[in-house]
Amino acid sequence: MIEHSYIIALLPLVSYVLIVFFFSKRDKVASGIAITAVLISFVLSVFALFETLADKGPHIIRFEWIVIPGFSLPLSIYFDPLTSVMLLVVTIVSSCVHIYSLGYMHGDPRFPRFFSFLSLFTFSMLGLVLSGSFVGTYIFWELVGLTSYLLIGFWFEKSSASNAGKKAFITTKTGDLGFLLGLLVMYFFAHTLDYQTFYSLVENNQISAGVLTAIGILLFMGAVGKSAQFPLHVWLPDAMEGPTPVSALIHAATMVAAGVYLTARIMSIIVVSHTAAMTIAYIGAFTAFMAASIALVQNDIKRVLAYSTISQLGYMMLALGVGGYVSGTFHLMTHAFFKALLFLGAGSVIHAVHTNDINEMGGLQKKMPITAITFYIASLSISGIFPLSGFWSKDEIFGAVMREGHYFLLIVAVLVAGMTSFYMFRLCFLTFTGKPRDQHKYDHSHESPKNMTYPLMVLAFLSIFAGWVGIPWLHKGYSSFVFFEHPHHESPVIWLMIISTIVALSGIYLAYLMYYKRSIDPVKVGERFKPIYTFLLNKWYFDELYMGTVIKFVYWFMEVLYRFDVGIIDWFVNFVGRFGLFNSRLWQTFDVYIIDGAVNGAGYLTRWISGGLRKIQTGQVQNYAFVIFLGVVLLILFRVM
Amino acid sequence: MHFPILTYMVFTPLVGMLAVMVLRKGADNAARYTSLFFSLIPLLLSFILLAEFDGSTAKMQFVEYISWIPSLGIHYYLGADGISVPMLFLTALLSFVSIIASFGIKIRVKEYFAFFLLLEFSMMGVFAALDLFLFYVFWEIMLVPMYFLIGIWGGPRKEYAAIKFFLYTLLGSVLMLVGIIAVYFYTEPHTLDIMELIHRSSSYGHTFQLIIFAAFFFGFAVKVPVWPFHTWLPDAHVEAPTAVSVILAGVLLKMGIYGMLRVSYPMFPKAAIYYAIPIALLGMIAIIYGAFVSMAQKDLKKLVAYSSVSHMGYCMLGLAALTTASFSGVMFQMFSHGVLTGAMFLLVGVIYDRAHTREIAAFGGIGAKVPIYAGVFTLFGMGSLGLPGMSGFVSEFLTFVGSYNSPYIQRWIVIVSILGVVLTAGYILRMIQKVFLGPFNTRWENLTEINGREIFTVVPLGILTILIGVYPKVLSYFISASINNVIKIITG
Repeated sequence: MIEHSYIIALLPLVSYVLIVFFFSKRDKVASGIAITAVLISFVLSVFALFETLADKGPHIIRFEWIVIPGFSLPLSIYFDPLTSVMLLVVTIVSSCVHIYSLGYMHGDPRFPRFFSFLSLFTFSMLGLVLSGSFVGTYIFWELVGLTSYLLIGFWFEKSSASNAGKKAFITTKTGDLGFLLGLLVMYFFAHTLDYQTFYSLVENNQISAGVLTAIGILLFMGAVGKSAQFPLHVWLPDAMEGPTPVSALIHAATMVAAGVYLTARIMSIIVVSHTAAMTIAYIGAFTAFMAASIALVQNDIKRVLAYSTISQLGYMMLALGVGGYVSGTFHLMTHAFFKALLFLGAGSVIHAVHTNDINEMGGLQKKMPITAITFYIASLSISGIFPLSGFWSKDEIFGAVMREGHYFLLIVAVLVAGMTSFYMFRLCFLTFTGKPRDQHKYDHSHESPKNMTYPLMVLAFLSIFAGWVGIPWLHKGYSSFVFFEHPHHESPVIWLMIISTIVALSGIYLAYLMYYKRSIDPVKVGERFKPIYTFLLNKWYFDELYMGTVIKFVYWFMEVLYRFDVGIIDWFVNFVGRFGLFNSRLWQTFDVYIIDGAVNGAGYLTRWISGGLRKIQTGQVQNYAFVIFLGVVLLILFRVM
Repeated sequence: MHFPILTYMVFTPLVGMLAVMVLRKGADNAARYTSLFFSLIPLLLSFILLAEFDGSTAKMQFVEYISWIPSLGIHYYLGADGISVPMLFLTALLSFVSIIASFGIKIRVKEYFAFFLLLEFSMMGVFAALDLFLFYVFWEIMLVPMYFLIGIWGGPRKEYAAIKFFLYTLLGSVLMLVGIIAVYFYTEPHTLDIMELIHRSSSYGHTFQLIIFAAFFFGFAVKVPVWPFHTWLPDAHVEAPTAVSVILAGVLLKMGIYGMLRVSYPMFPKAAIYYAIPIALLGMIAIIYGAFVSMAQKDLKKLVAYSSVSHMGYCMLGLAALTTASFSGVMFQMFSHGVLTGAMFLLVGVIYDRAHTREIAAFGGIGAKVPIYAGVFTLFGMGSLGLPGMSGFVSEFLTFVGSYNSPYIQRWIVIVSILGVVLTAGYILRMIQKVFLGPFNTRWENLTEINGREIFTVVPLGILTILIGVYPKVLSYFISASINNVIKIITG
């Protein structure tokens, strides 16, 4: 399967083309094609996984792409265990989301279009995962960005949705400037953009550490944009304007994890460059903390999850930054499952009550038990409760941070874990327990149809068990499978596991006191810490900051330049034109009055003279005789004198 | 002697013009289909040209060499290499497409098509000529039909735009003429054979190169247009009828770059190296400046026009960098911009025909009403902002990689230019949002979807841009050897 693994990516593309050109009006056919394609891709990915279990590779397949004299840029497939894991994650979540969308998007007038976009996204994402060269990664990276744009703005009649799509595209594109520049620098020093060739150059110390730092940080800028890390995280919460299945697939499980995936792919740089590594680790840790703090107070169910995603992605970056290749990618996998589940669960709730505001929910577990139970499972998993998936991967991260001796980062990470379990269970309790706060909405709510609940159950299963492949006592587990150089094993740190569990449980307990038992009044807490509360509620004012500086500057500068264009450059051109015209008028004047005047003047003069003389020609003989007589007299007088 | 395919390609439109002129008065449909036929022939011939072309050599192919004015050493000399073949194809294709797009012209139909075919004739001639005199003749002929096409069938300020275009370009070509005469007298024996002049370029003195390069550069720069000689462009575009805008953006602007690649760069290599940094700076300014000014536009067509200024900046940057990668980027950008911007103007024309306005703010939410049109427009918009998978990405990437690796220019120029990528995304997405997305503006309740004929005009362009984006070898096969040769001539 591996040598034909491009088929895995191409199937959804075929589905996209078929839907767009032939079935754009046929709901059932369109969704059928899309689901079939992604399911086949999933099955093929399973086959590919078994092949990688037998032979880790990396397997490399190259294709000619740009070939000009003295410059060639091949594309390639780089197939190693990480590729295999990612393929599986993407196809599983994508399949679940496809099936879930049958119910969620039912009756939407643009139903076939939705499935065509899902297919296009799946194709791009699988292409990104399979790509074995940085330029190929960049190509698919931009394509997933496009589909993200299209899907965020799927309900484009809403201004907020079309704004959010644009914001997402431009913000991530800003990060991509760094990515693109990183590619240029890489090509300049390494003369290749191929993973394997680049890796071997790095391993043989043929590229200086300073250059690697630059490349690492520039490529990481791309990851910052895509994975919504500080300072480019502002687009992800707004991206929640998209349909919820899209939020689950693109903005939680897969595309936003692409930045983490890219960072994992430059692990060989992180190993060499301390500066790059620390940049990544600290940005990750800061993002994890900042986003978790915002999630504490938000009231939109999807936005809480969005900030949670940002925070968890920060975790992964932190892990990779301290050199935790295994823990970073492992958490990527487990997070994909439980976060997709959380979003799909939230979608199920929204589908039932038609609001995103948790203040209008409450008590829903009686009405929608499957949604509630699976949501609890995912929340426990993300909180890192033994023995769910999230416990194992989060613990790996803590272990990695501690082993490298970054105790400050470890404290931040553990603190964030406590915040995470608090805001997750705040969400759970407010949504599913207590008295309904909007009776009307509660009465009209209902459990979602089977095509929505089955995907929830599949993901709930994975949220519990997927992490078990990484149980540290398993010697043939995730870490030895995925590790890129040599099988590597670290002994688990029991006391750290105990601490992290205690922290997680205290977060849940605090949420329980405030939002279930109500023995602590959250409103009073909010009053007590008003400045902090307002600061968090307004998301640290990042949007306002960017609007007031960068965006304002761009709008101002474009007007200035346009005025300059019309008022100075074009004015000058017109001035030259007018000067030419003026000159020609001047010469015309000269021509008319002086030169032509001279010519005409000669004529006038002749006429004037002849006009005068004409008067003499009277035709009367007496006059002539008189003149002749006068002439004769004059002649005689001259003669005499 | 072999079949003189280039002569046929150049002169068929001229024959077509005569044929249209002898049609009886009022035979509008006859004029339309006659010109369609006479623009189809060069297109079919261009396919033969592509098929017969040998991409492994930089030699001139399909050469026709006949003595024309022996006393002055002037020849009727046509030929094509990897630089001109894609341009000939692009010209034939865009002319054909534009003639279809012109079927809606209602007034003075016969004259319109006659001028259009004359325009095609002159453009083909420019790309096929290998004698400077001949080149200049075609270059100047081109002004005449363009002047009338804008001046008669244009918008409200058509006279102003037409005269501005005419005089500005004429001013440029006068300087070019000075250059041509200087080169002619400088060489012994006197010749205007471009290949021969390039061959002798090593004998030209340094100062001579610097001065004459500048003269040619100005002549070509007005056409490109290089910042700050660009202000004729938005006026001409806004006033010109749709099909003329397509040709203007798609082919005419390329003639400037083509002239540099064909004449000034290989003929004055020392000057090319000497001026590398100033030219790169002009490119950088055009990229950033053009993008910002595009963003400020309120008229759809003006926005696309200014985006051309920005996109042509990439060509200048690539030219200045003098590497095979960057020159290939220039060729890709010329072709890609021709296809993409040609399509953009066609699409702007589609909406203008229906709405009779091009004001961006007047629309809003029409994506719900005309989904196919919105989809096609978004596709080309994405191409224009350099989305991978389409030709614009390949050209930008090659230009950037080539420029960054160039020993002739400074890297910060490239780094600043990269900002253009995100600015382009900014103005394209703003445009798409304001026109197609958001709440539906009920004023457009009766807006009709793009029709079959209009779809037909943009489909070939869409196929080409995706084909090149996915598999760039379809274009690089033609250009590689010739580009490599030009670079060798310049950098030794």
